[in-house]
Amino acid sequence: MNFPILSSLILLPTIGALFILFTKSSSGKYQSSKYVALFISLANFLLSLYLWYVFDKNSVDFQFVENREWLSGFVNYKVGIDGISILFIILTTFITPICIISVNATITNRLKDFLIAILIMETFMIGVFCSLDLVVFYLFFEAGLIPMFLIIGIWGGERRVYSAFKFFLYTLLGSVLMLVAIIAIYWITGTTDVEKLYELGIQAKYQNLLWLAFFSSFAVKTPMWPVHTWLPDAHVEAPTVGSVLLAAILLKMAGYGFIRFSLGLFPIASENFTMLVYVLSLIAIIYTSLVALMQEDMKKLIAYSSVAHMGFVTLGIFTMTQQGIEGSIFQMISHGLVSAALFLSVGVVYERHHTRLINKYGGLVSIMPRYAIVFMVFTLGALGLPGTTGFIGEFLILMGAFEKNILVAMIASLGVILGAAYMLWLFKRVVFGEMNNPELKSMKDLKTFEIITLSALVIPILFFGFYPEPLMNSIEASVENTLNMYNFDLINNLALKD
Amino acid sequence: MENFHYILPEIFISVCIMLFLLVGVFKKNSASLIYNLSNISLVILLALIINLSSLDTIYLFNESYLIDNLSNYMKIILVGSGIFVMLTGSKYIQVINLNKIEYPILILSSILGMMIMISSNDLIVFYMGLELQSLALYVLASFNRDNLLSTESGLKYFVLSALSSGLLLYGCSLTYGFSESTNFDQILINSTEFNYGTTFGIVFILVGLAFKISAVPFHMWAPDVYQGSPTSVTLFFAILPKIAALSVFIKFLYTPFANMNDQWQTIIIFISIASMIFGAVAAIGQKNLKRLIAYSSISHMGYALAGLATVSNQGIQSSITYISIYLVMNLAFFSCLFMLKRDEKYYENIEDLSGLSKKHPILSFSLLIVLFSLAGIPPLAGFFAKFYVFIAVIEQSMYFLAIVGLLATVVAAFYYLRIIKIIYFDPEKEEYETSHNLGLKITLAISTIFILAYFIYPSGITEIVSKITMI
Repeated sequence: MNFPILSSLILLPTIGALFILFTKSSSGKYQSSKYVALFISLANFLLSLYLWYVFDKNSVDFQFVENREWLSGFVNYKVGIDGISILFIILTTFITPICIISVNATITNRLKDFLIAILIMETFMIGVFCSLDLVVFYLFFEAGLIPMFLIIGIWGGERRVYSAFKFFLYTLLGSVLMLVAIIAIYWITGTTDVEKLYELGIQAKYQNLLWLAFFSSFAVKTPMWPVHTWLPDAHVEAPTVGSVLLAAILLKMAGYGFIRFSLGLFPIASENFTMLVYVLSLIAIIYTSLVALMQEDMKKLIAYSSVAHMGFVTLGIFTMTQQGIEGSIFQMISHGLVSAALFLSVGVVYERHHTRLINKYGGLVSIMPRYAIVFMVFTLGALGLPGTTGFIGEFLILMGAFEKNILVAMIASLGVILGAAYMLWLFKRVVFGEMNNPELKSMKDLKTFEIITLSALVIPILFFGFYPEPLMNSIEASVENTLNMYNFDLINNLALKD
Repeated sequence: MENFHYILPEIFISVCIMLFLLVGVFKKNSASLIYNLSNISLVILLALIINLSSLDTIYLFNESYLIDNLSNYMKIILVGSGIFVMLTGSKYIQVINLNKIEYPILILSSILGMMIMISSNDLIVFYMGLELQSLALYVLASFNRDNLLSTESGLKYFVLSALSSGLLLYGCSLTYGFSESTNFDQILINSTEFNYGTTFGIVFILVGLAFKISAVPFHMWAPDVYQGSPTSVTLFFAILPKIAALSVFIKFLYTPFANMNDQWQTIIIFISIASMIFGAVAAIGQKNLKRLIAYSSISHMGYALAGLATVSNQGIQSSITYISIYLVMNLAFFSCLFMLKRDEKYYENIEDLSGLSKKHPILSFSLLIVLFSLAGIPPLAGFFAKFYVFIAVIEQSMYFLAIVGLLATVVAAFYYLRIIKIIYFDPEKEEYETSHNLGLKITLAISTIFILAYFIYPSGITEIVSKITMI
């Protein structure tokens, strides 16, 4: 395997962005640059599908590993994937073209710059999921702040400046501690190479502090209660496409980080802090679900529901069971699809009616029947109806939780009911009910490009809801391996203590 | 006599200075000519230094003058940035009517002084170099003498700098008194035993040096002088004296006072933390870009000093890497500043950047890159600068310093983001002129590309710097 397929995946969007930067469009509308961006992102999607096809699902090793000397002597540029990362990469490459198709609905000024920002963002996001070196990971993880800051700040709503600053500073503050931890790991073990660190392990006495440093970064990014407050602001003010990227992929970086680094590198500390994560996750699930019930802004409601869903994810990861972790990964993929779809759906009505307030809508089913159908599918996906991806994720997580701690699992199950409540209530208020607002009558049903993007999201949500095997198949071996290493480390450590 | 070819660069530049003075006296309206000649002489000077830089450590003149890897590297970046400073400022000084023969000559003499400082291995030689560069800088700061702010900054710098030089001299005399030598190596040998005299000497010398590098709590002059001086001089202030002062810092701490690191380490850590925090917090309220960059440079010096506080070769190297990347970022920032020109007037308030990105996409993109880099966001060069420093700091288990430093970057990120917000999110104002001189464009292009593409091959600087070992 000599062709650097992962680096191509990472670099291709950047090359596209450079291409767009240096081409001048004859018409002022930059249609051509949009096609370039779409072409590049679709090519990247196909490339990632090919990667999935040639990927050996039964192997637990990292595959397609590239290892180049980079920072002379101590940090190598190392990328590689296992069964967990490949799904996130495909999610990224799948969501990006959808974003680019939906761009013309919401972005009116400086389209060219926006496309560049999205493509650069894609580079960083893929980089996060590929990197097998802590420093490289940090680099991609942090670099994503720059394009996202600009996306929120330039193309956002009224309070965009506040939201962009909040997003940037919260995330940066969380991350700098992770940088300290990464450098400390380098001096403790002599390497930042993840594979080597898995083998070497980190001494138990350092693990708690290092775990907390990583946790501070991932908790902000997830986001976990009580540092979730940047998310509703960022979501509400970001343009539709920005919200989609944020919800679908950026939040997953942290969940991925938990599995890859917190569990993988600090098993003892993870065991120590399990209860902390449980409690924070439960608060996130119950509290933010209640908050979501009270929201009057659609985007804000979905943002809070994201926090609740991510609460399930963190809960599942720290059950340390095969089902729990697989469920979390599945839930992240599912949430990536569903929340992206929900934000796009909100974008559809926002673009026509220019408000996100729920009480301004009602009775859309009679004038927008197609919209009502797809929106229903997404709503059901979000509340976890059997037959959608949402169900499988939540079900597996709860299974894992019941195995470990019945009380926690029971409280978490309440969250499922609350989730159903706020989602169905949202759906009822927007799509059903009486049409009190006469202005709504002029709203048109879905346009062609909206049908394309939304149905592109409906298909995987239903398909993997009924037939999760392809996804499960590819994560199974890697999750099992992660857990084995985790338990092995724990037992070893206990043996040392005795 | 055969030693003389080792200091050929210094001799060359002294001869140039005298020659240009003569030309200036006898030939009328020769300001532009001298400016260009000075620039050429700087290029030749750089070539001469690079030519000598392959040599080993060489002591000259009774071991009072030292040429080694440290001095060579520092001189190269010093003269290199001097060339770019001259290139970027050439149009500016014409526009604000400062194109006089003294200007380039003063810059050259100050560079000569700094070169002597960098190479000195003796308290007296060091002080000579220091004063040569300071005297030239006093005049440069007040060069725009019809401007109230400029005269004020010159005077302020002169008074405070004279005070700090006094303290420094007192420290030197104490050190001499208790170690019986002015030679750095001899001081190291003679000061094996602890005594209060030398400790006082160290403190006074550090105070003087901290003043030159504008580290808290001796930073008071920096904002006023940065704002008041002509922008081209501010750029000079922001880079060259810092390089010279940092290398003198390294020299003092690791040659004569190497045995007493338990005495000075706490001081350096304190100065470093104070500068990082103060620079970050005080810059938040600023409205003038030059003033803001003054505070930003204070906090950057804090990071550079954090590397020195580690008492390790890695730390010294990280500081040197830091200052190298810092100078490029400053060059890029000031090049952008020189481009904010409309109707023969330069603009330097943050508000003047409002909505810049609509009419000047390339300029604002460069500023975006520079500002994110100054804030230390990966994958830009500024991140690597901080990264190296923190690697060295954490190696010595100085976690407190590392965490404070990194938290200060978050605070600092706020004001850099504020500028970006004004450039990108705010409504646009009038357009600026788009025709600029070639030197300015080249400097901006080179420095922006350097910052942006640094991550592709980050080992370049570290490999060169790794030759510099002091311990």
